[in-house]
Amino acid sequence: MAQGVWTIAEQRDGELRKITYEIVSEGRRLADVLGQEVTVVLLGSNIKDKATQLGQYGADKVLVADDARLETYTTDAYVEVISQLVRANDPAVLLIGASVQGKDLSARLSARLGVGMAQDCTAFSIEAGNLIAIRPIYAGKAYTKLTFENSLPQMAAARPNVMSISEPNASRSAEVIDATFTMDDSTLKTKVVSVIKDEGGKVDLTEADKIVSGGRGMKGPENFKILEDLADVIGASVGASRSAVDAGWRSHTDQVGQTGKVVSPNLYIACGISGAIQHLAGMSTSKVIVAINKDEDAPIFQKADYGVVGDLFDVVPALTEEAKKYLS
Amino acid sequence: MNIIVCLKQVPDTESQIKIGSDGKSILTDDIKWVMNPYDEFGVEEALRLKEKFGGTVTVVGLGPKRVTEAIRTALAMGADKGVLVNDDALNGSDSIATAKALAAAIKNLEYDVILTGQRGVDDDMGVTGAALAEFLGIPQLSLIIKLEVAEDGKSVKATRPVEGQALTIESSLPALITAQKGLNEPRYASLPGIMKAKKKPLEEKTLADLGLNAAEFGSSARKVKILEITPPPERGGGKVITGETAQEKAAELAKLLHEEAKII
Ligand SMILES: Cc1cc2nc3c(=O)[nH]c(=O)nc-3n(C[C@H](O)[C@H](O)[C@H](O)COP(=O)(O)OP(=O)(O)OC[C@H]3O[C@@H](n4cnc5c(N)ncnc54)[C@H](O)[C@@H]3O)c2cc1C
Ligand SMILES: Nc1ncnc2c1ncn2[C@@H]1O[C@H](COP(=O)(O)O)[C@@H](O)[C@H]1O
Repeated sequence: MAQGVWTIAEQRDGELRKITYEIVSEGRRLADVLGQEVTVVLLGSNIKDKATQLGQYGADKVLVADDARLETYTTDAYVEVISQLVRANDPAVLLIGASVQGKDLSARLSARLGVGMAQDCTAFSIEAGNLIAIRPIYAGKAYTKLTFENSLPQMAAARPNVMSISEPNASRSAEVIDATFTMDDSTLKTKVVSVIKDEGGKVDLTEADKIVSGGRGMKGPENFKILEDLADVIGASVGASRSAVDAGWRSHTDQVGQTGKVVSPNLYIACGISGAIQHLAGMSTSKVIVAINKDEDAPIFQKADYGVVGDLFDVVPALTEEAKKYLS
Repeated sequence: MNIIVCLKQVPDTESQIKIGSDGKSILTDDIKWVMNPYDEFGVEEALRLKEKFGGTVTVVGLGPKRVTEAIRTALAMGADKGVLVNDDALNGSDSIATAKALAAAIKNLEYDVILTGQRGVDDDMGVTGAALAEFLGIPQLSLIIKLEVAEDGKSVKATRPVEGQALTIESSLPALITAQKGLNEPRYASLPGIMKAKKKPLEEKTLADLGLNAAEFGSSARKVKILEITPPPERGGGKVITGETAQEKAAELAKLLHEEAKII
């Protein structure tokens, strides 16, 4: 019988990514309800030394697939190896982080395994021994509660920044196991030929703890400087509405919303953004929402926890100064 | 170069979503149906490839008769022919079943590149493209913002932004690409385009035509079962920050973010 909760770790350049800790922590919570073990699957090259620390977040076992061909993620290689491991071990639950890589991986893996998949979930629970997944649909205009039927492992991907990371427990450690797998080079049809790092080295919006976003109310690209100043002070990344992106003021990768990124920071500050339904689609799972807009009827205020009616060109710089008082 | 684009018809992004009395479905009466926005990028990219390499662009949609409109829109933009997979037994299919039926419709066509959207803005699932690639046994390049097909038409370089980086991935062709915003600016259908579209071939296929067994499709075959659909959780009533001047409001906001929200 299928047994155990599996989570797939995500590493880049040999470092574990935050989403890994999120899903291991969540996997532990689910496994405790089921009374089962948590196994983390870690793929990479010379990666074994990263495995032990996962025990502190709740892993019982870490299955390490170490191979030069797994150093950087490719769909072909990762799906091949993970599907072999899943078939050989028959876990009951398989959790993946819905990062860009995780979305690519989970979609293909579910097809390879022939199982159902719930993408970009915001909550999980166990009912009568089965995995229940909650996920937003129609851009967050509705939520759906899902279960799996004749489909093992029960497979789901978790939206980044939503699942809380457990306090590491230094006295816990995981058993590290070398995975056995085979890989046929002729099945590896894709390869990464270049990696270009984003300028500025800011935390990506999907992983950011805080986001300051600007819309058409910013009036021009040069004015984003005041958002960047605020972002620097509070430790935030800068996002944008589609209007600001389509006007060429910001890059596509900064766009938040239905055709942009879906973000869940602890703090989202919307400046000069009206709150169109397609924008809300990308940020309504933020924990605290602040809106700064001169139009008191702007729809964004209906979603905001704190609303400031005022001219952003006065309010934002003043907020930057005020924030410094608390942060210095 | 032969290019296939998969099109999904979805509720317009402005649509209000109302939940049916069974608590498990969406009421579709008032919905305006449009081509999935990500599929518009797919159609545009296909047309650009055709302009450069020549060949045919075939659009494939799966769903009820109304999906013909989305297919006609793509034909009006410049695609050459359409295929609609339409069978009552498909109603309520999940992504894997949808991909299986699409694969059956596509496998006997000639293709170098298949384009899908990175996700449908209805279920926000984003699984069909990858699953289709799996069933056809070809590589997938997902969430792509830049595509370069080699002059000889045998390989492709595609750029995918991941958190904090942009990766360029090389693949042999045929391959499946999932499109996202940034890939291109979709064109509008011109009036002559719309006239021409009416005469372009549009084939319809049932599951039986594709040699598929109806029992493997539709709601009853779903592997992901919908227990319930609910409205989004309400956000607690927000606070309007008071103050005479911008300065006062900023001070009040900073104080609340520090003391109440404990976030700065
Ligand atoms: C298929 C589709 C997909 C879409 N996807 C997205 C998406 O992913 N993301 C997205 O954001 N949008 C998306 N949109 C667009 C969306 O409908 C809106 O057009 C867009 O979000 C509006 O951007 P905005 O709020 O910046 O601009 P506007 O709606 O023009 O709002 C500007 C706001 O700034 C305020 N303002 C102006 N000056 C000041 C000032 N000095 N101080 C304070 N406030 C000021 C105004 O009161 C106004 O509320 C999509 C639309 C469609 C049809
Ligand atoms: N019913 C369908 N007919 C044609 N293409 C589809 C269908 N469903 C999904 N697709 C394609 O797969 C992409 C992702 O859809 P989804 O997996 O439903 O989020 C869409 O953008 C389409 O290109």
